[in-house]
Formats: sequence, structure tokens, C-alpha cells
Amino acid sequence: MEKAKQSRWLVALSLLLSSSMVYADWTVNMRQGVTAISREIYELHMLIFWVCVVIGVLVFGVMIISMLLHRKSVGAVSADFHDNTTVEILWTVIPVIILLAMAVPATTTLNKMYDPGEAAIDIEVRGLQWKWQYTYLNNDPTKEVKFVSSLLTPREEILNETRKREHYLLDVDNELVIPVNTRVRFLVTSGDTLHAWWVPDFAVKRDAIPGFIHQAWAEVEKTGIYRGQCAELCGKDHGFMPIVVRVVEQGEYETWLAGKQEEGRLVYETVGKEWTQDELMAKGEEVYLRVCAACHQANGQGLPPAFPSLVGQGLAVGPMAAHLDIVLNGKAGTSMQSFKGQLNAAEIAAVVIYERNAWGNNMGDSIQPREVNKMMSTGQ
Amino acid sequence: MSAIIEEHHHDDHHHGPAKGLMRWVFTTNHKDIGTLYLWFSFMMFLLGGTFALVIRAELFQPGLQLVAPEFFNQMTTMHGLIMVFGAVMPAFVGLANWLIPMMIGAPDMALPRMNNYSFWILPFAFTMLASTLLMEGGGPNFGWTFYAPLSTTYAPPSVTYFIFAVHLMGISSIMGSINVVVTILNLRAPGMTLMQMPLFVWTWLITAYLLIAVMPVLAGVVTMMLMDIHFGTSFFNAAGGGDPVLFQHVFWFFGHPEVYIMILPAFGIVSAIIPTFARKRLFGYASMVYATSSIAFLSFIVWGHHMFTVGMPLAGELYFMYATMLIAVPTGVKVFNWIATMWQGSMTFETPMLFAIAFVVLFTIGGLSGLMLSIAPADFQYQDTYFVVAHFHYVLVPGSIFSIMAAVYYWLPKWTGHMYDEKLGKTHFWLSFIGVNVTFFPQHFIGLAGMPRRIPDYALQFADYNMISSVGAFLFGFSQLLFLVIVIKCIKTGKQATAQVWEGAHGLEWTVPSPAPYHTFSTPDEVNLKEAHG
Amino acid sequence: MIEQSQNRRMVLKLAGAAIGMFGFGFALVPLYDVICEITGLNGKTGEQYVQTTEATIDKDRTVTIQFLASNNGAMAWDFRPQVRSMKVHPGEVNTTSFYVKNPALTTMLAQSVPSVTPFAAAAYLHKTECFCFTQQQLTAGESMDMPLRFIIDSDLPEHIQTLTLSYTLFDITEQPQDRVASSAE
Repeated sequence: MEKAKQSRWLVALSLLLSSSMVYADWTVNMRQGVTAISREIYELHMLIFWVCVVIGVLVFGVMIISMLLHRKSVGAVSADFHDNTTVEILWTVIPVIILLAMAVPATTTLNKMYDPGEAAIDIEVRGLQWKWQYTYLNNDPTKEVKFVSSLLTPREEILNETRKREHYLLDVDNELVIPVNTRVRFLVTSGDTLHAWWVPDFAVKRDAIPGFIHQAWAEVEKTGIYRGQCAELCGKDHGFMPIVVRVVEQGEYETWLAGKQEEGRLVYETVGKEWTQDELMAKGEEVYLRVCAACHQANGQGLPPAFPSLVGQGLAVGPMAAHLDIVLNGKAGTSMQSFKGQLNAAEIAAVVIYERNAWGNNMGDSIQPREVNKMMSTGQ
Repeated sequence: MSAIIEEHHHDDHHHGPAKGLMRWVFTTNHKDIGTLYLWFSFMMFLLGGTFALVIRAELFQPGLQLVAPEFFNQMTTMHGLIMVFGAVMPAFVGLANWLIPMMIGAPDMALPRMNNYSFWILPFAFTMLASTLLMEGGGPNFGWTFYAPLSTTYAPPSVTYFIFAVHLMGISSIMGSINVVVTILNLRAPGMTLMQMPLFVWTWLITAYLLIAVMPVLAGVVTMMLMDIHFGTSFFNAAGGGDPVLFQHVFWFFGHPEVYIMILPAFGIVSAIIPTFARKRLFGYASMVYATSSIAFLSFIVWGHHMFTVGMPLAGELYFMYATMLIAVPTGVKVFNWIATMWQGSMTFETPMLFAIAFVVLFTIGGLSGLMLSIAPADFQYQDTYFVVAHFHYVLVPGSIFSIMAAVYYWLPKWTGHMYDEKLGKTHFWLSFIGVNVTFFPQHFIGLAGMPRRIPDYALQFADYNMISSVGAFLFGFSQLLFLVIVIKCIKTGKQATAQVWEGAHGLEWTVPSPAPYHTFSTPDEVNLKEAHG
Repeated sequence: MIEQSQNRRMVLKLAGAAIGMFGFGFALVPLYDVICEITGLNGKTGEQYVQTTEATIDKDRTVTIQFLASNNGAMAWDFRPQVRSMKVHPGEVNTTSFYVKNPALTTMLAQSVPSVTPFAAAAYLHKTECFCFTQQQLTAGESMDMPLRFIIDSDLPEHIQTLTLSYTLFDITEQPQDRVASSAE
């Protein structure tokens, strides 16, 4: 076919220009996709496309013939007509008929898209600047799975410092996993500005709007990995928040879900449970002696000026937010490093509470690990 | 002060243009103001084009090479705003100023003083808009459609200047449109009925009504933004009971008529040029008028097709789909009429005719992809991809922009009294024609393959076509410098043009000498309507 | 000059039209709200519902209603529904509640915004009591259960079997109170 010939030529040309790239999923047309709806949309697209091609060929054909025959240089003399009611009625009525014929299948498909029926799985999809948060809804809150999915492509690839690998910009750390041949409902919303959740192979595109919830659905017929991108301008990194959905067999899905639930349960038990002040103090002392005492000393007096004292001065007796911030993020230009990556939310909450209430620092305040976890996950 | 201007204006009537810079500052002459508009719009075209080339240069290859994503977003936004409000619209107003009085046998526009104001607002508006790029936090970065809350809660501080700039542009457009309507309705030469007006005048009359109807709505929507940002209201903020989707409804209530504002005068231009070079009367004059009116009417009731994926009840989606499909009918009528005009004509292919024919072909391609977009289920796959980018650039670049270039080549001899260099003109045409298609045709493919719009970097499978598109963009962009050369050469050294200029040209503007005297049709007896209709 | 006054009249008319269209832009706001109320456009739910006639409970029909709760932006509160979903009969009065806690060290003010999908169901969800009708002020560390009482209209279209009611919690501590209060109504 014409297309294949053209594509070979283009690939050759671009390989010549930049040999370092990988060309995957090379395509020039809409994907047929892997749901009944996506295939119907593809059919509609091809139908209207061919209608347009036929109209185009007719219209441009007449134009070309006219330009060839009715030019002054070949001696054409202009005719003197400027009206023809029959023709004018014809070219008004025929398009109307074509449009009516197009409207019928389009309406049918739209109807189907708007009827989610009974879904087996409900997933809340929440757009955030610039990542997606997925929640598998479950009547039992301890079995609910919730995670954030963000771009995996390293900065170096984007800045052209290393070679771009396959799925450049289309790879995420946590994929959305759904079972094959199962109806899944997506409840799309946003936590900040507008986004749009789009997976071309499912023909699902829904704008995510803060304060509003919209639904879409898909019943995927083939296992595999399907990729999409945010489709509504959402600020700086709009181009860097892909969507990856892994569609697996029912059994594999259940195993995956159980694993995620177990992970969630562990986090819930340490981070999510309600801690008493005594538990926090005990945990805090343990963490302090293990991690902090080397510099700030076991008695909190530190070794000034390099390692300041924590007793009765500084952030340990100041606002808790600033105290948490320095532990989470460190302080530039000093030996105080960021502990976000080394300690979990429970450990950080505990050590901060310990520092605020040990050695006569009787601040008396408290914070739950759950809340620290929230700060850590929202990047504050 | 006003007395002095009055005096000045009075002087003009007897002695032709004043000398020096002040001629342009205080001018109330429709030809001078038309010239100002056209040069201004060309400068904006180059500025907006430069932004486009920044975009295409960044997208030449995957990865971030030249600009940061923040700046990329400012480029896409400013490119859109400058091209829509700074290049296309002022160019049409400039053509209206030059041509409408000469086409209807009027001595000038009905409100010359207001005409001067409506032009001179623009340089201030666009200086303010462009200066936001240098402000702290950068310029507008939320797309030319400036959807809330990205343009309100999450906007850079410069958004306030953007809002004022839009207000100024709106005031300028509204004043310009009022002037056009009053001129056409009140100053036609005695004996010229509405249905005898050239189509350019007709399409502008309808455009002017559209502008008067929707520019205030745009002013309203930016005023609401201003209030949300600075005065604590909640039009678009869900927390206070507002709704971000409301923004989109109000914006597109303006925005859809706006896109027809950018194409209806083009229909008028092409309807003047094709009959001239086919040496045959325009086919279906009356149906052209009715088709234009129905397109204008439909433009008010189809805005929802920009929002198919935003979320509407099924009935809403169906209604907007059917209404949008209907637009194909009057648009088709226009295309068929132009072809019927060419049919059995005696055609020659000077530069204006080449641009006009390219307009018909490429606008039709844009129209057909528009028909595809109207199919709501398919739109779920097209929406916010490069397919949409390809579609609206096909109707705006080889549509509106080509029609403006055709108009400049066509009427330039009348304006300057000199012929342009035909060989260079044809070279400019072919470079532009090839450039436009190489730029925008591949964008259909990358859109269908799934590349979203407004992204500074893309996945590897989109690489080839992006590269081709960028090459085309640079070809098209630099070809426009040739256009500048041609126009300057024409003014300075072009050979003398006759009054009629083109063998097949009919209309009042061709009955006056070339260049057109500073004052034309000062008294009704100078008007020869018979000649106008040949 | 007759022509001058003719021009002036027409300018005034056209300028009047432009000003009118400016006003129309603003009129679109209440108009939109009314359309939303009637059609459920965009999933907006109505004001507080006052039951006027004794509703008939459709015991033969069961509808699932799901509850979602999420925070907007950096809002720090704990916010979750006490139950994730309920199976209810159209016409009956149901009660559930949402848990909310302010973990911050300062008093904060919040507004929750309801939304329903599918849109077609929004007009059939009547809330007789909802925390979204008012703002919530919680002192540091304070928590509460916020009640929600609702009726699903017996006229709910047959094809709708599941509806989702989502609340998004916005932090409005920083916003001027009087304005927020008046526009939230």
C-alpha cells in the first residue's frame, strides 16, 4: 500500500537524521483499540474518513478538470451562467442525506458509551499536577487500594543526556492493573486544575474537573499494556503525566490486588493506626538514638556550632511545621540532611514528637504518622 | 484639541494627506487607517510566527532542547492570541477599511474619528500583552482558550495584564465593527441595494454583527476572571459554588462565532477574486449571501462541540453533534458555488488566483476534517490531539491567511498604483503552499496516532512526522519574508498599474485611478454603478 | 445634516447591543445554574430538599449509591465516607455520614462540594440534610461526623443502577468569609 511505502521512506529519512532513536508502534491512523466501543469508533472514523475522501475526490476532480480545460491559455471563452436552481437544490439536499446517514451510527455508538451498566470494578481516577492517583473502591476500607502513578522516564533522557529508551515518556512507576473481559468504571476527578484521562486503546477520554466527578467505562478484550497521556493542558508538566494500564487475566489481577492490599495493610498498621503519645515517645527515642544522636548527642545538647542543641531552643520548641520540614527536607548548606527517603512516616512523626517532649522540651503537642504521611505524599 | 483635529481633518479634504509622522497618528482617512491596520497585522503575523517557530524548533526532535516547558506553554498561548487577535482580525479590519468605502461608493467610513481610535488602541493592547513575557512569573501560559482554573487560581501574576489587553482588543473590535455596520447601512451610493453589494461587503456586514454580539461576551468572561482573581468572587471556583465548566461554556459561546469571524471575510475575498480571473460572474450570489447568514446563525448554537469530552448529558452531546454537522451544508454550498464559477470560465492564474484556488482546496480539507470532528463518538479520540491542531490550522492558515495574501496581491496595484513582481509573487505562493502542507498535513497522522496537543516533548513514535512538520514550518515562516520584499519592491519600483488592473475585474474600486486618490467618491455623481456590475 | 443624526442613532443602537451582550455574558451565569438544576448538567445537585408529599417507597427496586470523598489541592484534613456504598430503595429516607478531622495546628474552615455521576441521576438525588449546605470550621485536632440524609427519587430512570456521589473538600480558611458564604448559597 501507499502508506507502507511512504512510511519506509520516512523511517529511512529519519534514521539518517537521528540514528539514536527507537521507533515503536509506528502508526498513521487511529488505533482500533481493544474494546467494543473503541472498535465501533474506529469504524465510524473510517466511514466518515472515506465519505470525506469521496467528497474530496469529486470536488477537487471537478476543480482540476476545470483548471485544465477552462483556462484562457487553451482558448477557453467564458460562459455566461450564474444560477441554476436544480443544481443548487441538489448540492444542498445530497449533503443533508449524507449527514443523516452519518448521524444514525454515531448516535448508536454515543448511546452505548453513555451506558456503563453494572460495573464489576470501580476505580476513582484523580488528576493531580502532574500525576494520577488511582483508588480501587471497596466496601471494606482496609481492602481499598490507593496509589499514585507518575512518570518513570528519568530526567537525563528528557534532557538528552542519555539515550531515550522504548516507551520514552510513556512509562510510569505504578501501573493501573485491571482484569480482562471485565467491565470497569472510571470515576474521573481532579485535585487541582483540569486534566483529561485518555487511553486511546479503550477510546476513553474524560476531562478531570476539580469539584466534579465524571464517569467513563471500558471492558477490555485483550490482555496487554496500554498507554495514554493527559489530554488537557494542566500547566508546566502537562506533557509528562502518562497513563499506563496493564490488562491481565482475572487470576493474575486477584493476586496483584491481594498483594497491594497486603502492602496497604502493613502501611495502615504502622502509619495509618492511631498512635498514643507514649507509643510515639518510645518509638521516637529508638529512632533518635539510632539516627540523630551521632550529631545532636543522646542528651540533645549537640556539639555547637556545627551541630546545634535541641534543648530549649531552635525549631524543637518552635512551630511544629518548621520542625517537620527540616527533618523531612534537611537544611541546605549544613550537615542536616533530608530524612524523607530513609525514615517512614511513623518514624518521622515519632522522632519529632520525641524531640519536642524530651529533655525538658515540654511542648506537649502531637501529630499522627498518618498526617505526616500525607505531607510526604503531597510533597510538602 | 478636538477642534484642532477637526481643522486638520477638514484640511485633508482639500489638500490630501498631511506630511510626516503626524499624518498617521491623527489620520481619519479610511485608506491611511487601512494601511496602518495591514502593516500592524503583518508585524503581529511575524511576531506570532516567530513564536510558532520556537514551538516547532522545540518539537523538531523528542527531548527538551531549546526551551523549558513553562516557556513552551507561554509560546503556544501567545502564538494563538497574537495570531487570532493581532494578525488575522486586524488584517480583515484593514481590508474592510480600504475596500468597503470604495466598494459601496462612500467617501470614507461613517465614523472616521472612531476609526482612528479603534486602530490606535491596538498597539497599546499588544505591547501590554507581549510585555507579560518579560514579567516575573512569565506571560500567559494557559493556552489561548485560557480555561479556568489554570487561568485563575493557577495563573501567573501577569494574567491581569492579559485581561486588560483582551479588554482593549475587544473595545477596538467593537468600535471597528460598529463603524463597518454604520458605513454599509448608511453610506452606500444611491441606488445600490443590499443585494447588489459585493460579497466582501456582505460577509463583513455579517462578521461585524457577529463581533458586536460576541466580543462583549469575551469581555464579560475575562471580567469574571478578573473578579475571581482579585475580588474574591467564585464564578469559576467550585469551592465558592462556581463551576470551571461554566467558563468553557461562556468562552465557547464567544469562541465559536469568533472562528467564523476569522473566515467569513475570507469567503468574501475569494468570491471577488475567482470571478475576476475566471472572467465569469460569481455563481449563486444570492445563495452565497444566505449561506453566509446561516453559517453565522449556526455559529451561535454549536459551541458545545468543543466540549464533547468535558461531560454533558447524552441529549446535549447529541444536540451539539447534529447542529455541528448541519454547518457542513451551507459551507458546502459556498465551495460548490466557487467551483461552478470556475467551470467554463476563461481562467488565468496570477498570484491572487493561485492563493484563492489554494484557499478553496485547503479550506475544504480543513472543512472535511471538521466534519470528522463533529462526529461526537469519534471526537472522543480526536479531542485535544494534533488532529485538532491540523484541522484548525488548515482552516486558518491556508484559509484565512491565504485569503488575506490573495487580497493583498489582488488590490495592491490599486493601493500603490504599482504592479507587484508576478514571478516573485508566484514563487511566494508555491513556497507557502508547499510549506503549509508539509507543516500541517503530517499533524493529522500524529494526532490520530495519539499525540496530545500543547506538549513540549513527545513519545518516540511521533518523531518522524514532527520533524517533517518542523521543516515545513520553517519553510513557510521564512517564505513570508519574501512577501515583505515583494510588497516593498512593489511600492518602490513596481511598474505603473492601470485603473482596472485586472482584465476581468468588476466593481466600483476599479473605476477609480490607480493608486486610488486620497479621497474617492466624495460626491455621489462620481459613482458609476453600471460599471460596478459590469 | 440628516446623515449625521442617522449615523448617531445607529451607533447608539449598536453600542447598546454591545453593552447588552456584555450583560448577557453575565446573565449566562444564573442561566447556567438554572439549566444545571433542571437537567443535572455537569452533575450538580440541588439545594436542600423539603419533602412535601409522603413518597412511595419502591421496595422492588434497589439502587447502589457510592460515596467518594477527596481533598482539593493541599487541603490537609482527613476526610472519608463512613461507608463506601449503600444499597437503597428509591423513595426511602437514608442516612449516612462522613468523617472529618483537622490535623493542622490552627483552626481551619472548609467547604465541601458535591457532584453526582451519571449526570442524568443528579436531578433525582434529593438531600434533606447535608454538610455541604454549610461550611465546616474545625479547631486544631478536632474531628467530627458529618451527617447526610438523602432520598433517591422514585422517578430515577430505569437504566441507572449505580450512582456516585462525590464530595471534594476545599480549604477556604484564607478566603474572605462574607463573599464565600454568599456565593456558596
